Order: sequence, then C-alpha cells, then structure tokens
Amino acid sequence: MSKMISLTIDGIKVEVEQGATVLDAARKANVRIPTLCFLEKINEIGACRMCVVETGARTLQAACVLPATQGMEVKTNTRRVRHARKTVLELILSNHDKKCLSCVRSQNCELQRLALELEVTNENAFAGERIEYMVDDVSPSIVRDNNKCILCRRCVSTCHKIQSVGVIGPVGRGFKTSIETPFKLPLSNTACIGCGQCIASCPVGALREKEESPMVWRMIHDPHKHVVVQTAPAVRAALGEEFGLLMGTNVTGKMVTALRRLGFDQVFDTDFAADLTIMEEAAELVNRIQNKGVLPMITSCSPGWVNYCETFYPEFIPNLSTCKSPHEMMGALIKSYYAEKTGIPTRNLAVVSVMPCTAKKIEADREQLSAMGVPDVDAVITTRELARMIKSNGIDFWNLPDEPFDSLMGESTGAAALFGATGGVMEAALRTAYEIITGETLETLEFDMVRGLEGVKEASISLGELNLRVAVAHGTDNAKKLLDSIKRGEKQYDFIEIMGCRGGCVDGGGQPFVSAEGRLRADPRKVRARALYRADAKMPLRKSHENPGVQRLYKEFLEKPNSRTAHHLLHTQYAPQKKYRHETGEGMAV
Amino acid sequence: MADKQAQLEKLRQVIREHKDTPGPLMPVMQAAQNIFGYLPEDVQIEIAEGLGVTLSEVYGVATFYSQFTLEPKGEHVISVCMGTACYVKGAQAVLDKLADSLGIQPGGTTRDGKFTLLATRCLGACGLAPVLMVDDQVHGRVTPESVPAILAIYEG
Repeated sequence: MSKMISLTIDGIKVEVEQGATVLDAARKANVRIPTLCFLEKINEIGACRMCVVETGARTLQAACVLPATQGMEVKTNTRRVRHARKTVLELILSNHDKKCLSCVRSQNCELQRLALELEVTNENAFAGERIEYMVDDVSPSIVRDNNKCILCRRCVSTCHKIQSVGVIGPVGRGFKTSIETPFKLPLSNTACIGCGQCIASCPVGALREKEESPMVWRMIHDPHKHVVVQTAPAVRAALGEEFGLLMGTNVTGKMVTALRRLGFDQVFDTDFAADLTIMEEAAELVNRIQNKGVLPMITSCSPGWVNYCETFYPEFIPNLSTCKSPHEMMGALIKSYYAEKTGIPTRNLAVVSVMPCTAKKIEADREQLSAMGVPDVDAVITTRELARMIKSNGIDFWNLPDEPFDSLMGESTGAAALFGATGGVMEAALRTAYEIITGETLETLEFDMVRGLEGVKEASISLGELNLRVAVAHGTDNAKKLLDSIKRGEKQYDFIEIMGCRGGCVDGGGQPFVSAEGRLRADPRKVRARALYRADAKMPLRKSHENPGVQRLYKEFLEKPNSRTAHHLLHTQYAPQKKYRHETGEGMAV
Repeated sequence: MADKQAQLEKLRQVIREHKDTPGPLMPVMQAAQNIFGYLPEDVQIEIAEGLGVTLSEVYGVATFYSQFTLEPKGEHVISVCMGTACYVKGAQAVLDKLADSLGIQPGGTTRDGKFTLLATRCLGACGLAPVLMVDDQVHGRVTPESVPAILAIYEG
C-alpha cells in the first residue's frame, strides 16, 4: 500500500494516498469543489481555474492538478476563492453566445449550472469583444458551434487519447484560440469517425448531433408514408434518464408506447436484428474457420469502429465481418420482407432508427447499404433526439403504460440485449457458436471473461475440439492497441469484438448526457450495462438461434444463414478511407 | 517540381534525425519553416506522418507560434515597429501608407510575391523612431511621405 497523507479541507481532516490531488481529497471529505474543464483521467489540465482553492501559497491553486501534501490546510470557500471563481466564470461568459433558451444543452449544461451556483447576476459583466464563429454542420453526424465553446479541451483529449483519432485541437493563441480541425476544414473533411464521444465530453452546447428529428416529423406527418421505427438495445437502458428516472432503469415498455404515440406506424426492435446478426456472423465465423478464410474475424456492428478501421487500419478490412450492423439488416428486411408481407410499396416505406450513436447517421448514408435500391435506413436519431421528440409532443413519459413491440420483427432473446454492452456481441455469438459447433446444449450462458470495463479483454474458449481465441476491445484507442499487438505478431486470435465507444453502445455518443461530476458518482458504462445484463437474465430465451421470429424469417424468406438472399440483404463490403481528405495541391503525403 | 522534391528530401532527413529524440516537433517544424519558407499543408502532413503525431497537433503548433507562417513570405519582408516609441512617433500612419501602397493588410503578401508586410514589436531602435526593417536593413525616422522611396529601393 502506498503512503498515506493527511490534510484538512475546510477544517475537515482527511487521509489520502500519496499522489492524490486536493480535488480527490475534497471529494473524500465530502466537500464539493466546482470543476469545468476536469474530466477524470481524460482531461486533468487545470485550465479553467474553476476549482481554485487557498492553501496558504501566494496564489490560488487549481485543486484538480494540485498534489495533496502532508499537513496541507485547504480552504475551498474563502471570499478570495469565491471572487476568483465568479470572475473567471464571468470572463468565460464574455465570449460565449449565452443563447440558453434555444440551446440543446439547456438544463444539463455544466456552464449554466455553475453560473447559477456561483450566483452570477450579470452574464454581461465583462461586455467586451466577442468572436463570432461559423457553425460547422457539414458532417452528417456532428455539429460544431464554437460560439458556445469554452475552450476546456475535454473534446480534444477525448478525441486524441480515448479514441486515437485526434482531428480537433486548439488553434491560434490567446483570445483568438479556438478548437478547430486541421486547416479549419469541415469535420467531414477529416478522419473523424463520427463516434460523438466529443459530444458526450462537452460540458456545453458547442458539440451536438446533427439533428434528423425534423425530417422524422415530416415523415410522420406525411399521409403517404408508412413509417417504421426500430430501437437499439442500449437506448432502453438510458432513455429514462432524460425523464428523471434513475440511471440503469430499463424503460422498454414505456419507450414502445411513446413511439406509438408519436405516430410511428410500426415499432420494431433492433434486438430482433441483433439475433439475426448473430446467426449470420456465427455462420460466417464457422465458415472462415472451416474453409481457412481470413482470421481473426472482427465484428462490424459499430460504425464508429468500421470508420476507424477503414481510415486507420485498412489492412484489417478483410478481417471485418461482412455482416451489416443490426439496424441496417432490419432496414433491408423492412424494405423487402415486411414490404412483401404487408403489400406496402417500398417507396412508401420509411425506416427510422433510434440509436445510442452518432456514427450511425454517417453509416445510413453509405451507398452500399441500400439492398433494395433505396437506402436501408432513411433517418437515424439519437436517444437524446427521441427524448426531445417525446417532450415536445407533450407525452407524460413517467405515467405511460408498458406496451410490447410489434410482432413481425419485435421478438428478441437475452443474447440480443447484450449487444449494448462491451463484450455483448462476443458473448451472444459464443452462445450460438457453441451450440452450432458442438451440437450440445450450453449450460452456463454467462461468459464472464468478456464482460466488464477492462480496455482489452481476452479469453480462450473451447467449443468441443475447437479452441477459440477471442478478444474484445472498446474505444478506438483500445482497438488500436489490440490491432498493433496483432500486427507486431505478439497476439493471435480467431474472433474479435470491437466497439467504437468505451463501454460499448450504452455510453455511445448519442446517449443522454452525464456530467463530469455525475460520472464520478455513477459510471454509465457500468450502470446502464447492468440493466442490459439484468434484462438478459430475465428473458425466457437467451440464445439468438432460439428466437422464433428469426427462425420464421429463415423458413419463410432467407432459407438459411449466409444464403444468397441473406447475402444480398444482410451483408456488405468496405473500402479504405483517406486519412486526409482535402486538396493538397501536389498530393505528396496522403 | 524537382526543387520541391529536394526540399522534401531534406525535410525527411531532418525528421529521421529527430524522430527518436524527446520533443521532436518544434525543431522539425523550425527546420521545415527554413527549408520551405513557410509550412504548406502537405508539409504539415509530412511532418505529422513522419513523427507519428496528429495533424491537429502540427497545425495547432503552427498557428500558435508567430515564427511559423502558413503562407509563403514575399521576397522582401517589411517589418514596421509598433513599439511604444515608434507608435507615438506615428508608426501607424507609416504602416497604413505601406498597406495602402502595396494593396495588402499587415500579415499579407503582395500578389507578385515581392513584399510581405508585418507589424512587429519593439525592434530596439527607439532612438530612430519610427523604425521599419526591410529584411535585415533598418530604416529610421520614416514618414508616410518617405515610404515610396524606400519601396523603390527593393522594387528593382
């Protein structure tokens, strides 16, 4: 055990391990110090000065980067400290657009909250020069509005350190500093993978999803359109938070009812397509193993990861499973199977996906994802956008009754629920692959070695005579580490699951916001995942191949996994993407 | 352009020399600024790829320090001192006259690539205020009226 240090915070005696910061010590003493640029383990740079405290030193010190020392007497609320914090906040506000009324972050904005807490009475206390920035809304996924940016760099650290993408950073100096892409190009002209983790890390409204809800309203209000909606596994584990329910509350039934009341004609479950994905992916894996295909096979459900692979690791494209992601499979089936069943012409069908993800918005635009000559999916909205639609429609979410999904493609198993958490696709695939390969019934369904938040998880699993070497990575920086270890020849695997976001879809870039402080109290990656694992445990069927709807679909329409029809509708291909997407004139590097 | 290829080879050599030393970005960028006279986009990409850092980082550093320029500098660089002494002696009028005569803003370069106009901090020649430098030549007690004569020296 490392050495303990004792100090006082506002007279409260507290002991912390050597190396802890004053902010850590204050938290231990239950003293709350306000923070703004601080994002635990990601952005600890002491830049915003919100957390300044008095320690007896000549100047005030930033608690988030100040190491606690023996005998230190910290005061967190002196007149001097309060004055400094308030002044700093007023200075930040002086170059902020202060358009809270129309801001998507209103009421969950960390800047707004601090202004109230620090009793800012005049938001124009320093009414000096203000820089007006162009809003970058070219990307199908992410909108950047520097008029609201407070230069905390949380997005920059996330993009560089957590995702290893690094396409935004501070540009210029002093008052003219702004967070920009290289050469100030639109985000869509960079290697941005659209994961939206920058949005999730932003304390204010400077980053948000490109909204498609206006388009969805138009579809709903169009009498000629038959609008089918589907919801991803992770949405139900988080949507309730937008309505004040506790994190980790599963709101499947209320969500389905709300979608019907919004006016969607049919409510399907992406979980159904997740089960189908397992059927296709397990068959593909077995085929690759038996016929000496390219291994390791890597999952392709996460479009953030797929973009990352195509851009930064194109050499692994042959390893990507050819399976479309579940909502794209569902879209293709709605426009073929469902159209055939109902007699509704494809052109009158619109498919809306509710996703925990902003990269799905880019994915839906891929030309190769249009099996029936029209896009498989017409619009993608995030969990947050759905919540805003529900609110704007005057729906009393708390008091909604529970309703089930529509039947044709609404059934699912516990395996599908797992898709929302890191390791979930792997676990679901193993449950099915085990039974396909061994022909025996799997007794213990939980594969604990692929659960949890370890950045890279690995396991060796025996499926009869076959020893399957598997790995799971989440967050593209962890993916990078894993792929580099394979490239160096240090590691060998047969099957890999990669998710673009840490923790998997439950903490995707489209999920309800959790503040930096909220994340210290409850980690959404753990708490939301728990809701999914609980849902799995409660399901009567927990293996994808037992899904009766999926079985019916194969019998009536697809024949068998990886059949010709299945390939046409449910599989896709990939192509390398350029890392630098602008005219270089002489085009030397690229 | 063969010339550019040679410059590029030189840059790659510098990158190789610095790659495994601590903090290689600044010295490599300084070398690139000297080799090319400015840091065009493809050079920044070359540096990012060569050192294994993000382009975002290179561009951030390039825009942070005034020693780096993103556009080619003119054949002659005119630096007008805007230090206190020069300023009170009328440096602003001199700068305005230069901007007007050359048809560019401070920081800009004439279309023919002849002149770059810069406003700088104290050049340390306050006794001669207002002062400007053209390349490494100092001109003292400048007035808006003397600007054409100074430009004429370098226009030839």
